[in-house]
Amino acid sequence: MPTYVAHDESDYAPPTEVAEVELYHPKTFLGKYVWSQDAKIIAIQYGVTAIGVGVIALVLSWLMRLQLAYPNQFSFIDPSNYLQFVSMHGMIMVVYLLTALFLGGFGNYLIPLMVGARDMVFPYVNMLSYWVYLFAVLLLVASFFVPGGPTGAGWTLYPPQAILDGTPGASWGIILMLVSLAFFIIGFTMGGLNYVVTVLQARTRGMTLMRMPLTIWGIFMATILALLAFPALFVSAIMMILDLTLGTSFFMPAIVSKGQALSHDGGSPILFQHLFWFFGHPEVYIVALPAFGIVSDLIAVHARKNIFGYRMMVWAIVAIGGLSFIVWAHHMYVSGMNPYFGFFFATTTLIIAIPTAIKVYNWVLTLWRGDIHLSVPMLFAIGFIFTFVIGGLTGLFLGNVVVDLPLSDTMFVVAHFHMVMAIAPILVVFGAIYHWYPKITGRMLHDGMGKFHFWITFVGSYAIYYPMHYLGFMGVPRRYYAVTGTNFIPDSAHSLNVAITIAALVVGAAQVVFLYNLVRSYYRGAPSGGNPWNATSLEWQTPHTPPEHGNFGKELPVVYRWAYDYSVPGVRHDFIPQNVPPSEVPSGSWAKP
Amino acid sequence: MTITLLFLAGLMGVVVWWLLRESTRVQPWAVQGPVPDVHTATLPRHAAKTALIVFLAVATSLFALFISAYAMRIRLLDWSPLPQPRLLMVNTAVLVLASLAMEWTAFAARRGDQDRVRAGLAAAGLLTVAFVAGQLVVWSQLAGAGYFVATSAATGFFYLLTAVHGLHVLGGLVAWMRPYARARSGRDADAARLRLGVELCAIYWHFLLAVWIVLLAVLVSKDLGLSICSTAVPL
Ligand code: HEM
Ligand SMILES: [Cu+2]
Repeated sequence: MPTYVAHDESDYAPPTEVAEVELYHPKTFLGKYVWSQDAKIIAIQYGVTAIGVGVIALVLSWLMRLQLAYPNQFSFIDPSNYLQFVSMHGMIMVVYLLTALFLGGFGNYLIPLMVGARDMVFPYVNMLSYWVYLFAVLLLVASFFVPGGPTGAGWTLYPPQAILDGTPGASWGIILMLVSLAFFIIGFTMGGLNYVVTVLQARTRGMTLMRMPLTIWGIFMATILALLAFPALFVSAIMMILDLTLGTSFFMPAIVSKGQALSHDGGSPILFQHLFWFFGHPEVYIVALPAFGIVSDLIAVHARKNIFGYRMMVWAIVAIGGLSFIVWAHHMYVSGMNPYFGFFFATTTLIIAIPTAIKVYNWVLTLWRGDIHLSVPMLFAIGFIFTFVIGGLTGLFLGNVVVDLPLSDTMFVVAHFHMVMAIAPILVVFGAIYHWYPKITGRMLHDGMGKFHFWITFVGSYAIYYPMHYLGFMGVPRRYYAVTGTNFIPDSAHSLNVAITIAALVVGAAQVVFLYNLVRSYYRGAPSGGNPWNATSLEWQTPHTPPEHGNFGKELPVVYRWAYDYSVPGVRHDFIPQNVPPSEVPSGSWAKP
Repeated sequence: MTITLLFLAGLMGVVVWWLLRESTRVQPWAVQGPVPDVHTATLPRHAAKTALIVFLAVATSLFALFISAYAMRIRLLDWSPLPQPRLLMVNTAVLVLASLAMEWTAFAARRGDQDRVRAGLAAAGLLTVAFVAGQLVVWSQLAGAGYFVATSAATGFFYLLTAVHGLHVLGGLVAWMRPYARARSGRDADAARLRLGVELCAIYWHFLLAVWIVLLAVLVSKDLGLSICSTAVPL
């Protein structure tokens, strides 16, 4: 029986030696490190900027937690500030940190290296993408300093309140927020076109689609989702800006504000919710799919086993991507929509659990009887599986209309989405940084500090979010500065709040250790060599570490196998890099260490 | 949202078909011998063309969402209809001509006929500028009759949809300048790039024409039941 390797055989195979002219060679320091067109530098720029704003969002979360645990103790937090912190924290974390880091950061670094390309196909556009992103970030940060401060409308920015007098930041903050989002989307689209076209067209010889590491599949599919979903946010941002500045009535109904009838008439706030969640739900998967992909690779490498069910994993990624577009209204069960819609969206929401569960089973089955190395990246990957499963299960609760109605807008929801889309992907971000840092800098991160960071973060997040589910059951609402004058919330809830805040501060402090580790290891870390984890994928096979401009020296690698040839029987080493031809595989048998 | 979903369903169909083709009967774990050498016969699509196609998918998503928003909003009953500017038909004709001119230019470029390419690009450019100018006249006519952006929901959407389309057309004109400059300079070395540039422009122009016809249909045509322009008060 013939083996079918790929349908690409008849297709085009790019030449191995690529002419020098195709790459843009920087000559000055500025050209090399600032206005760089090299995807690896752009990746680092994206990463550093994203982590920078992420730190702001982290500090905001401490302030919120302090307020919740010790109400009335901090004179600089008033109710408006609190709402502003909530909104900026949420928006920064979701869009400016996670999306930018996964796609702009890891996407830029890993796509060309992993598919065996010299760079992205449009390096100049790629560079622009970063600068537009930076501009969007600056606009966002600027909104802290304008009169009235940043918007306090929540990260969902629902009109009419987002632009009505009385909501914090309703005059300046919201405009800056919307304009910043619009720029973010433009910048992302530039980058996204690059990622997609590079994966489609710049793979090296032999790198068929079905041999790509799952990391690339995850990033690729997430980029497609983002390219199609972000326009929804763009549309709603534009229409809201028009409502605000020109007085149109796309979203604004006839409304009386502060005793004054406004000139708006007949707009539909629900329309905004549809548009927003049409973006908002896929957004969850925009940060989850790259995490899925990366985790698959971390597990395979550090358990020295091929990934279980590679094709199923690819199909699951695609299925999740497709389904994620038809579940958006599960965020709108309380908006008074037609009950049949609720039924439809509950069904689709539950269906999406199927491909997701397949992925989880496959990760676990990959670990099963693997040669598990509990390195720091592996710890984070396993931590991800736990956290994601727990967050996913509460998602199944909330997907049902009858369960969601009482829990909507309570701390239960906050606990759910932090587990599934905040902590879980962040754990992958950390795991990925520990895994690829040696390639990026040529040095290992400090292992002890890494393990410390992992255990505090992992256990700490549970200490934060587990109790929060109970608060939600008791009916503690989200986005509340302080809950007073009710008798359905017992005093014990308050002690719980204090405990959560202490856990949050401890977790926050652990991140400082991580940042210190990043900086310290850059100068003093143990040299890593080119392939410290004995991994098979192409980024570990570069002639130099960190890889130089052009990635692969004179000749591009030729790929002969998938990225998961670990522990192949009858072979001397327990891994075979993708670019080793069958004739050069040393035979023998590897001994388990 | 139905409109957007239909578009996405189509797109997902393409992705699934493509993936089926790539993944069935493939054994990812199998090892392969050396890859055959370059087949010049099957050069891949130029990366710029792929990028344009992906971009068009993004733009389609954008327009589909705008139209979805419009269609959802129109179900609420407070529309006070707009007059139907007659000039819209003229503008449409101009845009059709611009698209045809682009196609003719692409044909000339494929045969390497530099003179015709230059003429064709100039004509297409002029026609496109005329279209944009015509749209601006429509706006000023509407404004003259007292229909401003914020006058009613209908005017809001009319201005919004035409503006978004117009901005895409202007973006096209910016891109158009490169092949045009290349055609003017007339250097032979540039011929391949010129051909590519013209081809990309032609694709983009046809796309914008298609989008415009859909927009026109939803804004003006009674048959879809979505129109907000009424012939009762012609302009
Ligand atoms: C240890 C880290 C974190 C802590 C302590 C924390 C804490 C909080 C708190 C206290 C709130 C406000 C609850 C309320 O009053 O409604 C909140 C909201 C939120 N957080 Fe986090 N958070 C953390 C990390 C993250 C991350 C990594 C993400 C990324 C997805 C994230 C996304 C959000 C979102 C989307 C909201 C909702 C904002 C809104 O209601 O508009 N958080 N977080
Ligand atoms: Cu959702």
